[in-house]
Amino acid sequence: MPDATFLDSTELVLNMGPQHPSTHGVLRVILKLDGEKILGTECVIGYLHRGVEKIAENRTFAQFNPYVDRMDYVAAISNGLGYCLAVEKMLNIEAPPRAQAIRVILTELNRIASHLLWLGTHALDIGAITPVFYCLREREEALKIFEKYCGARLTTHAFRIGGLLYETYDGFEKDILAFCDWFLPKVDEYEELLTNNRIWVGRLKNVGILTADECKEYGVTGPVLRAAGVQWDLRKAQPYSGYEKYEFDIPTRQNGDTYDRYLVRMQEMRQSVRIMRQAVAAIPEGPIMGKVGKVIKPAVGEAYVSIEAPKGELGYYIVSDGATQPYRVRVRPPSFVNLQALDRMVRGALVADVVAVIGTLDIVLGEVDR
Amino acid sequence: MADEQKPEGSPTPPSAGGEASQPPQKPAAPAAKPAAPKPAAAKPAAPAAGGHAAPPKPPATMAATPWTSDLAQELKERFAGRVLETSTYLGQNFIVAKPDSVIPVLEYLKLEADFDYLVDVTAVDWPKRAERFDLVYILYSFARNERLRVKTYIPEGYKPETAVTVHLAANWLEREVFDMFGIQFAGHPDMRRILLPEEWQGYPLRKDYSIIQQDQAWVRENLEIESGQ
Repeated sequence: MPDATFLDSTELVLNMGPQHPSTHGVLRVILKLDGEKILGTECVIGYLHRGVEKIAENRTFAQFNPYVDRMDYVAAISNGLGYCLAVEKMLNIEAPPRAQAIRVILTELNRIASHLLWLGTHALDIGAITPVFYCLREREEALKIFEKYCGARLTTHAFRIGGLLYETYDGFEKDILAFCDWFLPKVDEYEELLTNNRIWVGRLKNVGILTADECKEYGVTGPVLRAAGVQWDLRKAQPYSGYEKYEFDIPTRQNGDTYDRYLVRMQEMRQSVRIMRQAVAAIPEGPIMGKVGKVIKPAVGEAYVSIEAPKGELGYYIVSDGATQPYRVRVRPPSFVNLQALDRMVRGALVADVVAVIGTLDIVLGEVDR
Repeated sequence: MADEQKPEGSPTPPSAGGEASQPPQKPAAPAAKPAAPKPAAAKPAAPAAGGHAAPPKPPATMAATPWTSDLAQELKERFAGRVLETSTYLGQNFIVAKPDSVIPVLEYLKLEADFDYLVDVTAVDWPKRAERFDLVYILYSFARNERLRVKTYIPEGYKPETAVTVHLAANWLEREVFDMFGIQFAGHPDMRRILLPEEWQGYPLRKDYSIIQQDQAWVRENLEIESGQ
């Protein structure tokens, strides 16, 4: 006698996270399933909400600088660069050329470190254990350079409004070039492990497709947008910090699936090396700090400044009422906006694909929740 | 296109003049501004003392200049009386629209002027002002490689229309504005808090919400501790 419950195909609601190793932090996703097929998802976020924007209103412009490192802590230097550029825009000043070049070097090194952590954990989620060890080994060398430069590895607070606090240490250029030479073959090594790996390709190809139009509709930027065929990178579109001086390509792919996003990020690491080499070869002499008063007090007004962070467009919208504290700081986080497209990307796919898609979005929950 | 001339019936006519719509803004930051040098004293002396880029205009308003371009002209003509200001500050263009005209303006910008990427939606609280909130939409056009901010001033309790019908990206961004400022968007498909717990009382990014303030009842009930501090 057939058991009716076996034939009954009711929807199943499955809770994933917030304590789940493949949600990259405290992301909770509620999945509505029909068998293994996903009918819909809902993200529950905010577990890491610390009220960064509120804190900003109660700190001076300079005091708030270290806080931004705690949003996307995997790419703290990018956060700092965006914030410093935004305040510099409000003050109508620019960092001196030497500071700009050093900023570019460190930011690109941070991009590599961020992409490495993404690659390692993404591969781990898919079931490939080896890459994460390789990636963390290489990332370690990048973090060592940060440590040598400013004393911190993760939340670096490397930049200051108006330029830099620290001059480069002796042998900085040598360290960077040595890292570049050593690192580039490693990227080939990762690709050897993964790019033509049957399991890897099988798990990633045609998974979580997001077309260019959908990307624009959802405001998705960064490697996700470029993998969908849009050749758009803020470093080229609206150069900042002297990026217009360096020669590099914007890697793009056409399919907009998880595999393409993987390839785009691999190419980006190579491009970052290219930028770093050019920048190191031509660090101008001169001061590292612009003319900034002891008290930073922008005129009444507002500005929105954004940069190409490893995860996409990272923007700061700052409103000043002429006081020493910002009246309002709004952070436009790439992770938050990109995560919104998760539902579109996994609808109709399988449960296992959710893991792949969360990995490929490269979110950091510290930045989603702020 | 829904941007045909609607009868002028804005419930909240923001002050008509261009520059003047930013009223004297000394927000008298509530409670928790700590021991930082009080800016109030420095205010009157600002034009002389404000070391960097001292604006020639009175210090209490943004020294924005009119933004002249084909698009600004087009917007002013098409939305006569509804786009109140087209300005530029620090090389960044922004327009101020009437609250009930924001969606038609966004729609026009998306369909006719290629501003197809909604970067961000956010708000700013000015508790002393009659129209308490700035609602800010930051747009970008891939085709033009240009940014544009669409701003509107809304009073407490006003429910602006959602932008989700124009840009899907507005969904979470408007939810966050609701979460932090308590601005409800009419017609939003899912108007709930996004970062804070759903039962949380209060809107943290309002100026009258202190930095150390918390929903103690919620903390007691859900975390089973006396205080979150």
